[in-house]
Amino acid sequence: MTGVDLLIKLALAAIVFFGVLNLAGLHTWVERKQSAIMQDRIGANRASIFGIRLFGLFHPLADAVKMFVKEDFIPAGANRFLHTLAPFLSVFFALAAFAGIPFGDRLMIGGRVIDLQVAKIDVALLYIFAMLSLGVYGVILAGYASRNNYAFLGALRASAQMISYEIALGISIVGVVMIFGTLDLQELVRAQGATLFGIIPKWGIVVQPVAFFIFLTAAMAETKRVPFDLPEGESEIIGYFVEYSGMKFGMFFLTDFVETVMVACLATTLFFGGWQIPYLLPDGFHFPWGAVLPVNPLAVVLLGIGSFSLKVLAFCWLFMTIRWTLPRFRYDQLMHLGWKILFPISIANVLVTGLVLALLHPGGW
Amino acid sequence: MPRKRELTFWEQIYIPEIIRGVWLTSAHFFRNLFLHTVHRFGLFKDLPAAVTFQYPEQPRPLEPRFRSRHRLTVREEGTPRCVGCMLCETVCPAKCITIVAGEHPDPNVEKYPVRFDIDLGVCVYCGYCVEACPEDAIRMDTDILDIAAYSRDAMKLDIHELMDPKLRKPVAECQLKFPHQCAIHGNQIEGSWESVYGSHPRESEDRDSRFRGNDKVVE
Repeated sequence: MTGVDLLIKLALAAIVFFGVLNLAGLHTWVERKQSAIMQDRIGANRASIFGIRLFGLFHPLADAVKMFVKEDFIPAGANRFLHTLAPFLSVFFALAAFAGIPFGDRLMIGGRVIDLQVAKIDVALLYIFAMLSLGVYGVILAGYASRNNYAFLGALRASAQMISYEIALGISIVGVVMIFGTLDLQELVRAQGATLFGIIPKWGIVVQPVAFFIFLTAAMAETKRVPFDLPEGESEIIGYFVEYSGMKFGMFFLTDFVETVMVACLATTLFFGGWQIPYLLPDGFHFPWGAVLPVNPLAVVLLGIGSFSLKVLAFCWLFMTIRWTLPRFRYDQLMHLGWKILFPISIANVLVTGLVLALLHPGGW
Repeated sequence: MPRKRELTFWEQIYIPEIIRGVWLTSAHFFRNLFLHTVHRFGLFKDLPAAVTFQYPEQPRPLEPRFRSRHRLTVREEGTPRCVGCMLCETVCPAKCITIVAGEHPDPNVEKYPVRFDIDLGVCVYCGYCVEACPEDAIRMDTDILDIAAYSRDAMKLDIHELMDPKLRKPVAECQLKFPHQCAIHGNQIEGSWESVYGSHPRESEDRDSRFRGNDKVVE
């Protein structure tokens, strides 16, 4: 790898981090404002700089300032090392997972081919799931190292919830992988550029609708937000971060939003064609009625990035809407949903997908 | 009394109910978002996008019978209408009213408050003082709600603030001319009747005519 390649990779990582962290930071604003508008309220709008309020957009800044200047408190009897390590682990794995997300097609500049994906990993899907699963260690460590019974309860709930959901989450993906035949997310997105019967884009949602709903449910559980916020459960136990203050709490807080963005990216990539736009091929639009509208290759890539961002934002909106619509599941309801409903359905989905594939491609593989 | 209702099958599969809920909340979301947006351009102003009041700038409309901070009604010449009968102090369940009565130069009035204190930190806003008053001398119609202070002493209103609801602690200057126990000047008796009625009101030949018409309440 030459120096230029390294620079390009660093630039890609910087772009992804810039987008993700800003979006996660903006989520605090969206959370306040969207919930307010849904509930016929106005929402936080009092933070002002020189009398300019800008729809409350300064509240995330005020939050950041507050978190940085607050006392960093470690309770007596807590394991200082693990207590400090936990929020870093939590946010690190959530951010590291973004390396596998392809946010655009190949970019050709000066004879150089740049894949718009931070790390070109053949098993990017497995990598992302590994990172998301490791993220829960931050939560468990936080509860374990705080020496607080409520934090410990939160950590226990987190681990139980993760075990119940990761299985359904993983199995729901198997159907998609079976159809597109790859674990490389960039290839998976490219495969979704095809059309069914020449009209319907072959997106994951079209060929795997059941898997999409299972994935959506399990992915929301992954983000540890309402209706699956049992590890936090702010009205009963404060949750695994009860003994955290200042920016360490802020990192847990941010992790939730980063994971929301992550899950939105995953849902987009796996089920909504990633950066694909229907009928847009690398040389232009090919409409099903035969018309062709040529588009500049660079514009195609930029349109793809825009399409990806738009889909991610739409999913963020959807997750936020669901978060402010549904109440929290009870523990036994959560277990029931995870083990007795989502798990069997996801298995059945894999079986049916396999059967259909075997019938469509007899003697395949 | 019906017990917990069994869920129907449609409700038990849960997903339709989720979609119904999300439909409801997002309908509110898009309606209010649209209204907020068009309000920026001055359209549909009569359709509110939120039920909230932006409180300090936009006070909530109060009912006419609403009981807010007290005031003492004032006669035309600037003396309190109160005749120091102590009915309000007697009826007060919280015992937050303290009155010291003094002799009024007008024999038809007989008494007036040299001192009239209400401790708002103790007051329960029952309004009994207003109902008990035979002279319509105390009212709770100032519409002042933001009664907050940094100390208990600052919650105690004296006759200056009660006669002029616009005054806020610390009151800088005493505007009252009649003799009263002035907290501004170290609880000394300040003021004189001469400054209210001119010289020697008691020796006037026609006292009754002098005071006639002074009963009018200044609204």
